[in-house]
Amino acid sequence: MADMARLEARELTLGYGSATVVRDLTLELPAGEVTMIVGANGCGKSTLLRGLSRLLRPASGSVLLDGRDIHARPAREVARVLGLLPQSPIAPDGITVRDLVGRGRYPHQGWFRRWSAEDDAAVDRALAATGTAGLAERSVDELSGGQRQRVWIAMALAQETDLLLLDEPTTFLDVAHQVEVLDVITDLNRERGTTVAIVLHDLNLAARYGDHLVALKQGRIVAAGRPADVVTEELVSEVFGLPCRVVPDPVAGTPLVLPLGRHRTAAVAG
Amino acid sequence: MTINPVETPVRTAPASKGTPRRPRRTALAGTGLAAAVVLLFLAKTTLGDVVVPLPALAAILRGETVPGLGFIVMEDRLPAAAVGLLAGAAFGLAGTLFQTLLRNPLASPDVIGVGYGGAAAAVAGMLLFDLQGAGLAAVAFAGALAVALAIHALSDSGRHTGSRLILVGIGFAAMLQSIITSLLTRTDVRAAGEALHWLVGSLSGSTWERAAVLGAAVALLLPGCARAASTLRILELGDDAAAGLGLNVRRSLLGLVVLGVALCAVATAVTGPLSFIAFLSGPLARLMCGGRASLACSALAGAALVLGAELIGSNAFGDTDLPAGVVTGALGAPFLLWLLVRSNKRGNGG
Repeated sequence: MADMARLEARELTLGYGSATVVRDLTLELPAGEVTMIVGANGCGKSTLLRGLSRLLRPASGSVLLDGRDIHARPAREVARVLGLLPQSPIAPDGITVRDLVGRGRYPHQGWFRRWSAEDDAAVDRALAATGTAGLAERSVDELSGGQRQRVWIAMALAQETDLLLLDEPTTFLDVAHQVEVLDVITDLNRERGTTVAIVLHDLNLAARYGDHLVALKQGRIVAAGRPADVVTEELVSEVFGLPCRVVPDPVAGTPLVLPLGRHRTAAVAG
Repeated sequence: MTINPVETPVRTAPASKGTPRRPRRTALAGTGLAAAVVLLFLAKTTLGDVVVPLPALAAILRGETVPGLGFIVMEDRLPAAAVGLLAGAAFGLAGTLFQTLLRNPLASPDVIGVGYGGAAAAVAGMLLFDLQGAGLAAVAFAGALAVALAIHALSDSGRHTGSRLILVGIGFAAMLQSIITSLLTRTDVRAAGEALHWLVGSLSGSTWERAAVLGAAVALLLPGCARAASTLRILELGDDAAAGLGLNVRRSLLGLVVLGVALCAVATAVTGPLSFIAFLSGPLARLMCGGRASLACSALAGAALVLGAELIGSNAFGDTDLPAGVVTGALGAPFLLWLLVRSNKRGNGG
């Protein structure tokens, strides 16, 4: 994966106004792997993703895309390498699936280069990869939450970037659709070698679907590495403030976090 | 996040069955609107106190001398129809740009005070400096732009595109109206009367010279509109998604605001603030296109509305000629109320 685009943050500090959210953070997304960014609410994981995807200018430090400052490069040039699915994109009223997915081709078009056969082919590939080809002529308003999310991922795929960042792509989806969305992203990673970073709040799914896991607390990295090495009872207790047991996931073999609340924990009470 | 709760109900609205296939519907609506514009243009040039038969009109257009009718057509009705067409298109484009940009049908320049900014500056220019033509257009542009930027700044750099921006805009509109009124009461009655006539909005003062100024301005701004159409397609996905696709969101927003203000200002300078055309065109075009806005259809809808209002004003009330602005105001106000009631039912009242 030597020729894949690489994204890294160097001593990155991010904030809104005077409130600093991410402090002095250094991170490199492993090329060709799926990185999961996890942490408690308000730990700065979404802010970090906004910083990595150049939606937010650093207060200090830098984000480097292939070694060059991401803010110093033309926006469209970056968008041909780095795709982003933000938390709540807006589907225009009455837009069809194919039309929406086609907008992912925007960075590949220019003043003179209009819609081409290559764009059509990219849209077809994105629809096929996300299993939404059958919905192509449907209006996005008519789709279920899970279908809609797959369509948004298809739009990001149509962008055909080496890197893809997703901000909580499974929020508001039921468990079946969460798994479906993560499976589609894994397909993409395996088949195209796309480097992926996902902000996810479900720790168990993050441990199962991530090759690499980054745990944040108060804007700093607490631990990073293979989920099997990183997700421990101590880490969960430190990051989420939650006592728990960690057992091997009987399905995937990855760490499975079982929270210990104040009630209904009979098996470990004694 | 730049997403505000105002849009949420729209996005999660229950499925609407049987969405029409868009491109065909848009083409159909565009053709229908263009035909309506042509018909209304012809009606405006032929109907009135004196009816010009079509053969006579054809003769006049060929340059033949038709006693009695030639002057009426060439010096009165044709320039008025041309100004109506161009101003309507400009207002329609400006309104749709703002409404799409701010994701709110209430956010048209004539509702949020941008139009009043232009009008106040133009009235001041007329009364205090005796401005006309391109000078007046420039002053109207400056006034409208100043108000647009002030509204943008006060609604937290455009991050609140919902109720706050609309309310700030309505506040500006009220303030600017009082400025206009105070300007009018401080000047001599005859000059004030002229300005008042202009403020109602009408095509009656149209000359070829004014049509040419407006035509040149619109022609200059049209390439910008073509660019704006492709930018809006990306921007309407939300600021974050647009930035992810490589659009420079801040620069695009500024460019679109300047373009919308310019269109609104040049039309205002020539016809006066024809109320509600900017506000009505976009929703009308959207209705005809089956839910999807298109800038070209909005321009046609604006032209059709102005020509239609002019036709009604000058023919429907016997001997009384009502200025187009009175008719558009009478059409627009009920629509504004309907839109407010409907959006309140949907839970996203601006």
